[in-house]
Amino acid sequence: MSNVPADLKYVKSHEWIKKLADGTVVIGITDHAQHALGDLVFVEVPKVGRKLAADESCAVVESVKAASDVYAPIAGEVIDANGALANTPEILNSDPYEAGWMWKMKPNNAADIDALLDAAGYQKLIDELN
Amino acid sequence: MLKKTALHSEHVRLGARLVDFAGWEMPIQYQSQLDEHHAVRADSGMFDVAHMSAVDLHGPRTREFLRKLLANDVAKLTAPGKALYSCMLREDAGIIDDLIAYFLSEDWFRLVVNAGTTDKDLAWIRQQAAAFGVTVKHRDDLGIVAVQGPQAREKVIKLLPADLAAAAQSVGVFQAVYSGDWFVGRTGYTGEDGFELMLPHADLVKLWQKLEADGVRPAGLGARDTLRLEAGMNLYGQDMDESKHPLESGLGWTIAWDPADRDFIGRKALSAFRGNSAHKFVSLLLEGRGVVRAHMKVRFANGAEGETTSGGFSPTMKSSIAFARVDAKAEGICEVEIRGQWVAAKLVKAPFVRNGKVLV
Repeated sequence: MSNVPADLKYVKSHEWIKKLADGTVVIGITDHAQHALGDLVFVEVPKVGRKLAADESCAVVESVKAASDVYAPIAGEVIDANGALANTPEILNSDPYEAGWMWKMKPNNAADIDALLDAAGYQKLIDELN
Repeated sequence: MLKKTALHSEHVRLGARLVDFAGWEMPIQYQSQLDEHHAVRADSGMFDVAHMSAVDLHGPRTREFLRKLLANDVAKLTAPGKALYSCMLREDAGIIDDLIAYFLSEDWFRLVVNAGTTDKDLAWIRQQAAAFGVTVKHRDDLGIVAVQGPQAREKVIKLLPADLAAAAQSVGVFQAVYSGDWFVGRTGYTGEDGFELMLPHADLVKLWQKLEADGVRPAGLGARDTLRLEAGMNLYGQDMDESKHPLESGLGWTIAWDPADRDFIGRKALSAFRGNSAHKFVSLLLEGRGVVRAHMKVRFANGAEGETTSGGFSPTMKSSIAFARVDAKAEGICEVEIRGQWVAAKLVKAPFVRNGKVLV
């Protein structure tokens, strides 16, 4: 059973996004995604300063089995990235919502996040996949 | 409808992730592919390989038949129980399958062939066997389990009947012993010591349960693939198939050219490629970041090109490794195209890992 925290927003390509108090957002992949991928062995995060469009492919997660693209849930500029993933990609398996965060962005339009899936909507999506 | 081995319910009970492999529903992993890989290198793991097939050949001319059928020479097998790895070729030297042949007695040899090739192998073998009066029996009453790792033999021997345990204790590498329908070969596909056991399906399930209780870790096809890649072992259908000959597949070492008058199937066609192959098969270690997969482009500073046939992340080495088929002139530094970017790699001599130790 996948963990789907209630305080996050989601997109159907299995990224989560969280609004922080200062108006920036933090992004990662969901527990469902890490489980489906299997043991992660390589993670590439976007460079700080990169400007991303919504749904733009900007990061890669590779498991023992396959590589998968990771997409920007909304448009914005990358302001930080999780350097720990380079040498310890397994934290993305063990803690996808905290230690396994991937990058932070300053959104072009903070309201974009409101249109994304809530926890119930994402839960329904993965229930249909299972 | 996918076929199921006798161990299928065990895989379900253990929470395995099941996939379609050559028409069989098989475990790709249980909980963690990496943990399963490390368990085999450090202690012991076991694999359901009952989708593969044992084929028994009987008749006074069996040895003569196999000297015709196989590119390696069973004349090398003089002691009963001794095994040999070989390619089985078409007349044009394309590889029908790779297999292990066990010499058991002058009128009994056993082959172990791949799952995905079993039907065509049986058809081919039967077609060739007729002229030698050799009978071909698919032993689908037997299942195969591989128990691999530095502790594997000890853990298996404890569970064998007394007569077989004593024989298995002293059996040499690439050699087998048997008692009734229980067959124990000291072979494998991981680069570790261990056994591959063939036994009746019901016995196979009981043995699996006892091994699990003794701490032998169930391991899936995912770990089997990374282990064999590290061990420098080819996978049929990926590293070679009927469109490729052994000399461009890293399998030249398995061809027995001597004696010169042994007319094995494919010899004439293969001779034309000898010292004259357009391609060669190499092993690569990625120096930059990323993971090499099958079917990625490879290029060399000297202009040679090629493509990876197998690739992945080596859990033991913590870097990416691959096999590639490249132009014969390939040498020196090279690059692999990973998702649109050329990443530095170097040629190394396989195996990458044997008996728990990194060799490159």
